[in-house]
Amino acid sequence: MTDRRTAELRGFREVQRLAYECAETVAARLTPGVTEREAARMQRAWLRARGVRDWFHLPFAWFGDRTAFAGFRIPLQFFPSGRRLETGMPFILDLAPVHRGFTADVGYSGCLGPNPLHNKLLADLRAHRELILREVRERRTLREIYEDVDRLMVRQGYANRHRAYPFGVIAHKIDRVKDRRWSPHVFGFGTQSLKGLASDALRGHRDGWSPLWSPYRFSDHPPAPGLWAVEPHLGFRGTGAKFEEILVVTDSRDPEQSAFWLDDDLPHVRRWTEAAV
Amino acid sequence: MSTDMGAGAGSGADSSGDNGSGSGSGSGSSTVPGLEGARERRVRTGGVELCVAELGDPGRPTVVLVHGYPDSKEVWSEVAARLAGRFHVVLYDVRGHGRSTAPDPLRGGFTLEKLTDDFLAVADAVSPDRPVHLVGHDWGSVQAWEFATVARTEGRIASFTSMSGPSLDHMGHWIKRRAARPTPRRVGQLLGQGAKSWYVYVLHTPVLPELAWRGPLGRQWPKILRRAERLSGTAYPTASLPRDAAHGAWLYRDNVRARLRRPRTDAHAHVPVQLITPTGDAFLSERLYDDLEQWALGLVRHTLPAKHWVPRTRPDQLASWITDFVTAHESGGPPEEAAESSTGTVRTGPYAQRFGGQLVLVTGAASGIGRATAFAFAEAGARVVAVDLDGEGAARTAELARLTGAPEAWAETVDVGDGEAMEKLAEKVATEYGIVDVLVNNAGIGLSGPFLDTTTEDWKKVLDVNLWGVIHGCRVFGRQMAERGQGGHIVNTASAAAYQPSKALPAYSTSKAAVLMLSECLRAELADKGIGVSAICPGFVNTNITSTARFTGVSAAEEERRRKKTARLYGLRNYPPEKVADAVLRAVVRDQAVVPVTPEARGARFLSRFAPGALRAIARVEPPL
Repeated sequence: MTDRRTAELRGFREVQRLAYECAETVAARLTPGVTEREAARMQRAWLRARGVRDWFHLPFAWFGDRTAFAGFRIPLQFFPSGRRLETGMPFILDLAPVHRGFTADVGYSGCLGPNPLHNKLLADLRAHRELILREVRERRTLREIYEDVDRLMVRQGYANRHRAYPFGVIAHKIDRVKDRRWSPHVFGFGTQSLKGLASDALRGHRDGWSPLWSPYRFSDHPPAPGLWAVEPHLGFRGTGAKFEEILVVTDSRDPEQSAFWLDDDLPHVRRWTEAAV
Repeated sequence: MSTDMGAGAGSGADSSGDNGSGSGSGSGSSTVPGLEGARERRVRTGGVELCVAELGDPGRPTVVLVHGYPDSKEVWSEVAARLAGRFHVVLYDVRGHGRSTAPDPLRGGFTLEKLTDDFLAVADAVSPDRPVHLVGHDWGSVQAWEFATVARTEGRIASFTSMSGPSLDHMGHWIKRRAARPTPRRVGQLLGQGAKSWYVYVLHTPVLPELAWRGPLGRQWPKILRRAERLSGTAYPTASLPRDAAHGAWLYRDNVRARLRRPRTDAHAHVPVQLITPTGDAFLSERLYDDLEQWALGLVRHTLPAKHWVPRTRPDQLASWITDFVTAHESGGPPEEAAESSTGTVRTGPYAQRFGGQLVLVTGAASGIGRATAFAFAEAGARVVAVDLDGEGAARTAELARLTGAPEAWAETVDVGDGEAMEKLAEKVATEYGIVDVLVNNAGIGLSGPFLDTTTEDWKKVLDVNLWGVIHGCRVFGRQMAERGQGGHIVNTASAAAYQPSKALPAYSTSKAAVLMLSECLRAELADKGIGVSAICPGFVNTNITSTARFTGVSAAEEERRRKKTARLYGLRNYPPEKVADAVLRAVVRDQAVVPVTPEARGARFLSRFAPGALRAIARVEPPL
């Protein structure tokens, strides 16, 4: 049983690393003048070349004030646009490949050239990563944790931008999907993954939980065991920053084992530890 | 009146010699009225003798101030005094003005070519080795545009600050472009500026202007200026005014028609230019400068809510902008980089033009609307003082304000309801940061519950912060602004509850209604001093006022529940404080009296005027808590 779980977690960890590697590679290749569409296509091509055939969602790229979802009114605005990258602009790459049936969903924030404000936002995300893990281990309800994250953001002086996501989610469940030869996607989301999410939603509806971690009443329950892609997103005027990574929640009684981040060797975490040294 | 001042001003007889710089500053000081401590020398050029005054250390960068019409160099006395500590300040009377002699004959003696000769002669005399920084007002700026755009001055000018004086060549092209393709808007712009230029036509009539200036107009002019521009002080205008104004008519006659008819096509500035536009100028439309970027690359723009004579009415602000611009272009580095390096961002847009470098104090700046307002001002390049009882939050606001673009930002922990603490704060701010240009009295707390359940303690608490906080702020900082006499703006955060009665908010609404009326009264009182007062009435805005609000007449648990519920409702409404902050900046720029922000606040404001009965009906509704 534990062996199978370990193997499974290893699979998820590998694809998450692959996704972050992709984000870092593409981020390094971004130059002034690149459009969001080109950046999204670069991620897609890089991952396809490494065997990715299915997606939780197709890669997103946001540049400039689109990192803070400034002026977003309809969901279509999330899709990559013709916005060109300029020096000093923040950017976010958000990609969710499915590899050998394992799903990852990662978010990578960066900046083309120095931007002290963006650095500050990235540094301040650390408190959110710690807060979320602590409160999940305390088995607080997801809605409460959401509100605490919200309060922390307000105290830090930022706006909560994950509220702009569909259903205002700060996180959503992800799972294994079957490897199919044909894996279509609708509105950028893989049908296999959507199916998984829908069946989770149905099951959860019966048992009183939801695969979407939102500020609404349907999230007023303790964390459900499984893998959660957590994506706190800070916005400050025209600048946004987020991370997204997988939080593993189990039904173990040991607090350490009841919830943990799938991987601590990620770009944003390394950044914090380097800054602390 | 001013008959006793500068008795020798018109004579031009006492010459202290060509190398006046050698003479001690003590001897020069008594001869220049309004310019204490100035060293004076006379520079001979093209048949005239120019009176040149110098202040400050000649080793420092040289700033040459050129006066307009009808003025003499004394128009700059306030600005010069403020610049003298950091720069070598040079002022001269334009030919035919002040104590410079007039050309003979007058006709043809005031062409821009001759004025350029004069400038070069002065520049060579006062700073033979290094280029000078040029500052012009009115006709001084018109001339200086010529200096900054002709080839023979290249290398002699390091930067140019222009105020209230466009280049005649640029203006010629401006008129031609609008006349050639007259859309309604362009025709409107033409007619607007055409009407503002009435005095130019008058000055073209022969003899009459001279008679008027030497006669009744010259006598009345100081009084007219005092009334129209609200000038105070005595050293300006000087006694030479009738003669200056009569001679200066030739500035117009010799140049305007010729240049407007055949504007130079190569009038591109070869120096960095900073443009300061007074928004209340009765003689020049702001639209004149619309196409200026094509003539001056990297143009830096500032706007100032003032009338035409800014060197008299806003010397502090001018001195600070001139200092910044001169310093940025003295190091020799490319201008853009120098401007960027201090903040990390390029500040553009109308707010940046208006608030760049100004000192803004915001109370209640640790959260919500106050914090968002501080950030909005910071983004416009203002220096920000964030005041709050929550020191940690205020410090955080100041920190982020610096990252957002404020050149400087500070946090102060003060209870706005405490009069003594506010006095101390005002003293500290004035000595350490300067006089506040924009004051935002925003700190406020919520209190909800029936009147009959509201204790005197509750009343005291809410009035202390919401009303007394505003009173103290206006009292201590408003006084400083008024005493400085260079304008400013006060914004008070009232509320839609100030005119929307409600059975749920008797104490809060009372305090906010008082703030609204206080703002209106203060606006009337301070209007004469050029200080605007605005009351902002936000409405339901998603801030943490809900989670700190007090609910009277219920148990602690019920109070907590109501807090949460209100916070959730405000969250659902989700009107961001950033939009209120934007309304605050807009209110300052437009000098609006009362600004309802959210749609519900606007609706209630409308109803309060046209259907107050409807508001009274709404007041009886029990809020869904």
